[in-house]
Amino acid sequence: MNSIIEINDLDLFYGDFHALKHVNMEIPEKAITAFIGPSGCGKSTLLRTFNRMNDMIAGTRIEGKVEIAGTDIYSNEVDVETLRKRVGMVFQQPNPFPKSIYDNVAYGPRLHGISDRKKLDEIVETSLRSAALWNEVKDHLKRSAYSISGGQQQRLCIARALAVEPDILLMDEATSALDPISTLKIEELAQELKDRYTIVMVTHNMHQAARVSQQTVFFLNGEVVEYSETEQLFSNPTDQRTEDYISGRFG
Amino acid sequence: MAQSFDRQKAKPHIAEEWVGKIVTLLCIALLIITIFSIVYFVASKGLSTFFKNNVNPIDLLTGLKWSPEGEPPFFGALPFIFGSFSTSILAALIAAPLGFCASVFMVEISPKFGRRYLQPVIELLAGIPSVVYGFVGLSVIVPFFRDVFPGQGIGIAAGALVLSIMILPTITTIATDALAALPKGLKEGSYALGSTRWQTIYRIVLPTTLPSLMTGIVLGIARAFGEALAVQMVIGNAPHIPRSLFESASTLTSAITLSMGNTAMGSLANNALWSLALILMLMTFVFVFIVRFLEGRSKL
Repeated sequence: MNSIIEINDLDLFYGDFHALKHVNMEIPEKAITAFIGPSGCGKSTLLRTFNRMNDMIAGTRIEGKVEIAGTDIYSNEVDVETLRKRVGMVFQQPNPFPKSIYDNVAYGPRLHGISDRKKLDEIVETSLRSAALWNEVKDHLKRSAYSISGGQQQRLCIARALAVEPDILLMDEATSALDPISTLKIEELAQELKDRYTIVMVTHNMHQAARVSQQTVFFLNGEVVEYSETEQLFSNPTDQRTEDYISGRFG
Repeated sequence: MAQSFDRQKAKPHIAEEWVGKIVTLLCIALLIITIFSIVYFVASKGLSTFFKNNVNPIDLLTGLKWSPEGEPPFFGALPFIFGSFSTSILAALIAAPLGFCASVFMVEISPKFGRRYLQPVIELLAGIPSVVYGFVGLSVIVPFFRDVFPGQGIGIAAGALVLSIMILPTITTIATDALAALPKGLKEGSYALGSTRWQTIYRIVLPTTLPSLMTGIVLGIARAFGEALAVQMVIGNAPHIPRSLFESASTLTSAITLSMGNTAMGSLANNALWSLALILMLMTFVFVFIVRFLEGRSKL
């Protein structure tokens, strides 16, 4: 499998706090990679380096290299907005904009200059279909995004991210605020999407990682402890700490 | 377990309960009585112009000539109503963009500098006495307008400019609070789609906080509407509708403060001033209702 994200000797500091330590990793294309580990171990921080959302936190400093499709995304030539268009993100809390369902999905394409009504209609439908939400909302696209359930809102946020045609989709504990049935729907959706997108998901739920991902990365205190194929990591971990964590001895 | 919950044993509590209840009740009663007496007093005085002195309310609201002492007397308050509305709304039009930009700067662009230096300075404006504003307006703005524009410099433009600085803190403070209270997730969601900072401000921040921003504007207008002293010092106080912004005009408040000392309580001229006060009070109620309505809509 080709890797799309390559991380070389990455260190990240929040002021004096050393949040990520010497991270080296490759993330394969068109597959699901899951980041697991106890809270505060740096998994969300690493995820947020991929679309440079950490830039907005004052005092963040980065050393080392993060390459996406061969480009060092922290070099001066990189346009952050273009990067974020290619690396979409879904957050822990569903965060639809206080607009209609249609306008939520069309938000991204409009930002990037698409105003043709027909084109937008098409993008909205395709994105909602990809997010497995079309059949539920197609008759009331003009309704407020707040009128649908939390699980539907989260799928709307996925549709919104897909509407700008990213290559990579980052999911930051995207199901932790949802009920089990909505969670299952999002997991099924991720399975479908992985044929077309590279998905990196942070989860505090080991079973979720085991269910949906092909690769799993285990973090502890800002370090990558172990990184391998999901089946391998859960059935036959090489590091004692990984084994302790997945067998529930801490975390 | 022989614990009892008898009322007898809880007596010290009961004393505390009753003291609290009675004190609160008395304070509330005093407040309500005061508010109702003021409303009743203004209304009875203001309405007696129509019932006792048989002045037609339509004439009062639409008449152009104001001479309560004249033979026959005229009670046309339209110039004052016009003056009050035009100065307040113009002031809000000047202050709103300034206030919004200041709050966007303080919340979105440079929170450190903005919160530490700009916000205290703007809040300081709220503490300056209105006579000082009027004095500065009279010594700086009026001569400037006199030199630059045709006319004497006094008038609606000068009044509106002075008022706009006075209501700037109100608009800025409310806008800043609204912007700061915006859920972080909305902005992050927008940035994550590849939006620039200003795209996020235009497309998410401002539309979402619009009802609160409007609340700030309405409260600003309400404050400007009720301000008397500073306006009176720079507006000229001629009781007619001016042909330009730089000609002498009057507001409801300035008409009352100017003439109230010269009329006898209970006289027709005095009652007419109370009618102006009644209009002011009713307009304030309208502003309060608008604010309530907007606040109801701002809940996401």
